[in-house]
Amino acid sequence: MVFLNFFISGISLGSIYAIIALGYTMVYGIAKMLNFAHGDVIMVGAYVCFYAVARYNLNPFLGVLIAMIVCTFLGMIVERLAYKPLRQAPSLAVLITAIGMSYFLQNTALLLWSSNPKVFPSIIGRGAFKLFDGRLSVSHITALTIIACIVIMIILSLFISKTKMGKAMRACSEDKGAAQLMGINVNATISLTFAIGSGLAAIAGALLCSAYPTLMPTTGALPGIKAFTAAVFGGIGSIPGAFLGGLMLGVIEIFAKAYISSQLSDAVVFAVLIIVLLVKPAGLLGKLTQEKV
Amino acid sequence: MTVRRLINLKRVEARRIYLTYFVVILAYVICQTMSSTKILSSSMRGMLVPICAYMVMSVSLNLVVGISGELSLGHAGFMSVGAFSGVATAILMQNFIPFAPVRLAIAMIIAAVFAAIAGFLIGIPVLRLKGDYLAIVTLAFGEIIKSILNNFYLGVDSGGLQFSMLSDTTRLLQGGRLIIRGPMGISGIQKISTFPAGFILLMISLMIVFNLVSSRSGRAFMAIRDDRIAAESIGLDITRYKMTAFVMSAALAGAAGALFAMNYSTIVANKFDFNTSILILVFVVLGGQGNMLGGIIAAAVLTILPEKLRQFSDYRMLLYAIILIVMMLATNNAEIKEFLNKLNPFRKKEEAE
Amino acid sequence: MKKVSICLVLVLAMAFSSSCAFGAAFKIGGTGPLTGGAAIYGNAAKNGAEIAVEEINAMNGDIKFEIRYEDDTHDAEKAVNAYNALKDWGMQISLGSVTSKPCEATAAENFADRIFALTPSASSAAVTEGKDNVFQMCFVDPNQGSASAQYIAEKGLAKKVAIIWKNDDVYSKGIRDTFVEKAPSLGLEIVSETTFADGNDNDFSVQLTDAQTKGAELVFLPMYYQPASLILAQATAMGYAPKWFGVDGMDGILTMEGFDKSLAEGVMLLTPFNADATDERTKNFVAKYQAKHNEIPNQFAADGYDCVYAYKEALELAKATPDMDAETLCGKMIEQFTTMTFNGVTGENVKWSANGEVTKDPKGMVIKNGAYVGLD
Repeated sequence: MVFLNFFISGISLGSIYAIIALGYTMVYGIAKMLNFAHGDVIMVGAYVCFYAVARYNLNPFLGVLIAMIVCTFLGMIVERLAYKPLRQAPSLAVLITAIGMSYFLQNTALLLWSSNPKVFPSIIGRGAFKLFDGRLSVSHITALTIIACIVIMIILSLFISKTKMGKAMRACSEDKGAAQLMGINVNATISLTFAIGSGLAAIAGALLCSAYPTLMPTTGALPGIKAFTAAVFGGIGSIPGAFLGGLMLGVIEIFAKAYISSQLSDAVVFAVLIIVLLVKPAGLLGKLTQEKV
Repeated sequence: MTVRRLINLKRVEARRIYLTYFVVILAYVICQTMSSTKILSSSMRGMLVPICAYMVMSVSLNLVVGISGELSLGHAGFMSVGAFSGVATAILMQNFIPFAPVRLAIAMIIAAVFAAIAGFLIGIPVLRLKGDYLAIVTLAFGEIIKSILNNFYLGVDSGGLQFSMLSDTTRLLQGGRLIIRGPMGISGIQKISTFPAGFILLMISLMIVFNLVSSRSGRAFMAIRDDRIAAESIGLDITRYKMTAFVMSAALAGAAGALFAMNYSTIVANKFDFNTSILILVFVVLGGQGNMLGGIIAAAVLTILPEKLRQFSDYRMLLYAIILIVMMLATNNAEIKEFLNKLNPFRKKEEAE
Repeated sequence: MKKVSICLVLVLAMAFSSSCAFGAAFKIGGTGPLTGGAAIYGNAAKNGAEIAVEEINAMNGDIKFEIRYEDDTHDAEKAVNAYNALKDWGMQISLGSVTSKPCEATAAENFADRIFALTPSASSAAVTEGKDNVFQMCFVDPNQGSASAQYIAEKGLAKKVAIIWKNDDVYSKGIRDTFVEKAPSLGLEIVSETTFADGNDNDFSVQLTDAQTKGAELVFLPMYYQPASLILAQATAMGYAPKWFGVDGMDGILTMEGFDKSLAEGVMLLTPFNADATDERTKNFVAKYQAKHNEIPNQFAADGYDCVYAYKEALELAKATPDMDAETLCGKMIEQFTTMTFNGVTGENVKWSANGEVTKDPKGMVIKNGAYVGLD
């Protein structure tokens, strides 16, 4: 039973990673860039939600909606100002700019909202479902995160495979030049990708801070890196891969803490990641692209 | 490629190498004179050694990122291995070698050796991957090194060295000293790093890297970077060359780590985290991949910049972030670059060659 | 090439700049994390110290201060840079650094430059070790560890103890080490010991389950209040209710915006400062801090505030004047701090030993109905 409890803890941690990883993987898949500022967009989303709910007493779901709108615009502005001028630049330059953006968002947050940690009100309370006479408990927020994750994953997959805009995204991801020749507005498509990714970040922020209720300007940074790892683990660019990678990372982290050593758990997580990538060099569900000679 | 173009290319290359040496030596002479005549503020004097260490880091990462074309996000890990092994060596030798510069030199060599071993061990799996996957695995190794060092204990007493993992189980005799204390790192380090030592290390690194680049291996590196498949098809042993670059780079990073650590009285593993790796990567990218001098200057500018922004107090790091973004845009956006090129007749000629 | 030369000019231009002047006020400087993950502590200490300076300058007495805090982002390298910047500014006496590791680095500089330092909150033993001119305003970590163990044993709070500590933090590790060392001799049994670190400090289910299954009656939390708040919330969610025992870093938990105070009900901690205390001094400080920063001051703010007042007292006793240089002041301060007794918001009858460690009574506190109550 202890084992199962750990497993559930792992799933609940993993579901948070998964939902953050979805944003990473989506942007990577289409814009081919590692958006290291994603974790900080999450933090901004969480702050907006916090102020809406805790200060202005709005309905939590309305708060999340406001946060989504704010983050969507934020994502589009960031993309327009910092990433778009670098469309032709080497990918490393964009990576560094993204990191600069991450510093920028963190320090803006520090000035706006001070460094004191805030306790985030859970968006759906702190209750739990009790199973097996209460020996096993799944908190509401875990259930909500997993459901949100699955719903988002399905919607995203459908969006990308069925709609016209989704097709445009896939085309951009395959070959930007060819897509442009076919009359697709590549810039608008990439902008849309950022808008969606950042909107997702707001949801991720609200869920992250509901599950682990503490909010600081640096809140998004480390979970962001872990989620990035999760995205690579599952195969970056693959939406189901991000989901799977996130869940597995969470479970491995908890099991490593419980059964190996709480001191070395991070080392174990990263060691597993390395082994997986050696066996499957493109991640669990990633497609290995064949190089054309 | 005609022979003439090749000769031209070599000339440009040689000119660039001499220019790099010239600028480094000139900067050293100016700083050293200003420092000894006390014109330099203590804030600047205090940064001379770390700037040297960062310059060496920049040169070393440039070997991997700029010349061999692989993205490494865990370079601070090697710096960390070097810092800890170097400082431990220096402490162990404290009683045998009273002359500090010799102790520093030996410490840096040992640091380089340890970091090179780490580089080799990590290189075996890492170099089988490529692109972003290679990057994430180097990031992972950086984190693993940090995690291990945070749980590593090393003590010395009259009976010799003792070490343990996870918790301090070394039973040191009276008079023994616990050198590495897990998360508390190393305390009470003697500050033996000096600016001249940093300068010498930087010159040695440049010599090693330039020699490597203009040798047969160097040409192989660049062939692999520019077209891996073509390079493979003419029979280049890609893994071997990549490994050479990777191990060399790790060794230099280790020496830089030792130099850096012995400029402070204390060092912890957390210092060498993901952010430090990224910082070094920023030097390389900002200076231009493969451009040693650019990377060196970027290291100096980005180390001094946050200090010079202190007058803006609360807005300091915000301004730093904005300047970083603007610099990236200015150096990489085609329109702005074209504008800069128009101002620069010399560069135009160079590109025309 | 032009770019290169522009950059070079830039570097050289940046190299020049220094100012050094003695005025009518003592120049007092300190470094602390004002940005980054540890910014809570640095900003609190800075705010506290600044309030004290404002008060003292408003008194129009003989002693006037000019204070400057520089950001060190909780990093030894940046702390030395910040320290050097302060030196260029003309700092005469120093507040060291706010956090332990950076302060170890700046303390070595203080010692070499003969600039006296009184750190508000850098608590590791290595900060003062071997330095005659570096003093602490807070308890040293080892003392906290053994004092906590002693307190738990003497009051008979528990026999079986669990510890959760932060594996990459000097403060946490320092307290944990002496606690573990001291516990067996006091009849305390440590049944569970688990850790966390930056980056995996969200989920504590494993640590709490371990403590619970091994039957710990009391969980000792040598850490700052932010992770502690998560631990308390998660323990409540899983229905685990042991006794909780914290250290001075736990102070501040009640003032976190949005924190459900009922979660901390019954938490015990040793802290030198209590924002709810009713004495004049504390009430005045808390009111001023709240008016200025719209937050309730924590222990770091109180330490910063006390440091400046301790300096004021020492400078008065030494009859020091602002035109003295740092080295003269250093000698005078060493003389005063080893002999004087100080009363501040973080303790009465505070004394310092020659090695810079502070002696003051830790107050045992317990949280009842969302407020601290003396534990006696």
